[in-house]
Amino acid sequence: MSVYESKSNKKSQFFQFVLSFIFILLTMISLIPILHIIAISFSSKRPILSGSVTVFPVGFNTEAYTKVLSNSNFIGSFLFTILLTAGFTALSMCLTILAAYPLSKKGLKGKGIIMTLFVITMYFDPGIIPKYLNIKSLGLIDTVWSLLLPGALSAYNLIILKSFFMGIDNSLYEAAYIDGCTEFKALFKIAIPLAIPAIATLSLFYAVSRWNGVSDVLYYISDSNLFTVQLKLKQMIDAIIISQKEGTSVVNLVAENIKSASIVFSMVPMLIAYPFIQKYFTKGIMLGSVKG
Amino acid sequence: MEEKIKSLDNKYLKNHWQLYVMLIVPLIHLIIFKYLPMVGTMVAFKDYNIFQGIWKSDWIGFTHFKEAFASKEFWIAIKNTLILNLGDLLIGFPIPIILAIFLNELNGEKVKKTSQVIMYLPHFLSWVIIAGIVQQVFSNNGLINQLLIKLGGKSVPFLSNPGIWRMVYWITGIWQSAGYGLIIYLAALTSIDPSLYEAAYIDGAGRFRRIWYITLPQLRPTISIMLIMNLGKIMSISFDRPYLLGNVLVKDTANVISTHVYTLGLQSGRFDFATAIGLFQSVIGVILILIVNQLAQKFGEEGIL
Repeated sequence: MSVYESKSNKKSQFFQFVLSFIFILLTMISLIPILHIIAISFSSKRPILSGSVTVFPVGFNTEAYTKVLSNSNFIGSFLFTILLTAGFTALSMCLTILAAYPLSKKGLKGKGIIMTLFVITMYFDPGIIPKYLNIKSLGLIDTVWSLLLPGALSAYNLIILKSFFMGIDNSLYEAAYIDGCTEFKALFKIAIPLAIPAIATLSLFYAVSRWNGVSDVLYYISDSNLFTVQLKLKQMIDAIIISQKEGTSVVNLVAENIKSASIVFSMVPMLIAYPFIQKYFTKGIMLGSVKG
Repeated sequence: MEEKIKSLDNKYLKNHWQLYVMLIVPLIHLIIFKYLPMVGTMVAFKDYNIFQGIWKSDWIGFTHFKEAFASKEFWIAIKNTLILNLGDLLIGFPIPIILAIFLNELNGEKVKKTSQVIMYLPHFLSWVIIAGIVQQVFSNNGLINQLLIKLGGKSVPFLSNPGIWRMVYWITGIWQSAGYGLIIYLAALTSIDPSLYEAAYIDGAGRFRRIWYITLPQLRPTISIMLIMNLGKIMSISFDRPYLLGNVLVKDTANVISTHVYTLGLQSGRFDFATAIGLFQSVIGVILILIVNQLAQKFGEEGIL
């Protein structure tokens, strides 16, 4: 018996060792592309051209970042995107809370119909062009509203917040109503304070989608003052593809470090937010899966 | 009795009219930004004239659909959409499941936690950033080709050869989303009662038998929901990923329905024709979701609707 046990323990230890090794390897592989781009952004031109930069900078310098920071065009759209993201998140949360709270109430008449109307939008997408024509007929093309309003209320997030509100103990409300508390007061004094974790999660959902979103900017915006940082990056990346195809790759390769620095720079807000995102998104996924 | 209910309802309304006030703005938003575009899909059946607008343009029935079905580019876009999505399904779908099963077997908490956190990170990068990274890694003088040349191999045209570009598209998808899937499946595994494993161990079940008889059945509902959603979306494709990862050299492979609609509608100004193609895709999408959901319920799974 003890022989069997020690044998199986050894086998198990070996299995654990191999498994750890594999996961460490996979983790490193998934980190390499990001490390590579960071390394290039801090490397000097010659090593980049000769291809000797892998995951560590060669000929360390911060010249690319000096250039990115002095590019007022890029920094301008970076700051604009931060403001846009903040505004979008605030607006979206207001709308989502205002919709989720009443719909979480059991006695509300017409609740079923309204929910169905929201759920339909999750499964039927009218497509790019009708949305574009709609924005156009509202006169929102080339305005900041075209980037703020259309995505401001996601049915998916609404359902998550609704089920969170539904989990709040009803007796809390009952007591408040007896004391003459109105629904608005109940929302601000009871529901919102209790739903802070869910609200934080959904705010992150909204913020990430706005920060990363590029297609609506591409569809609705032609005024370069309203370009988000993602679209600016896209133009930068595209310019390099074209010139490589024309056989002038050597000249443009010099820009590789600037391109990489811009990419890294625009990743920074996400990397700063990542510990929170990481903590809350996992919770958000659980919230989403609980609803079934 | 009925009167009593009615008076109760009135009382409810009297006390809770503010709930309806709260709903006003969200409902207006819903109508303007979600339902008006749905009404706008009628452009697909019209000869759209910018000056006359959506309502006043002439009805022309299914003309745009007929033209679409007769066009070669339309079928190429459908074929490309299906190939790229099928690849995601065949290669990308099982990987997070396998990762979750084996990460669940791992005892070391540190490795477990770190690998989750790092693999999850690419999910939060925009496709613009990912496309920029892909270029650095896979271009002719990128990281991988430099490595291949140093090892004495030849450089591979990852981004310009259509077949290889597809592989890059799939691999990038795995890199971007495997961590997300991993966390979903791991969440499903945390609810397993550890005594099940102990009992199986005492009964002499080996590691792989335990995985087969305990871990996998626990994952089954999650796997089936994810599979339903993926199958239901087999005809729809996001715009960002194929558009940003693609380039001029692989345009015949990377041109999918979403990018085709964008080029036709917003770049060539054929709003009505492009709407028809988009509407065709959306309708097929809804039908597929309904079918897959029905099938899932037939096989005793929960379904999503």
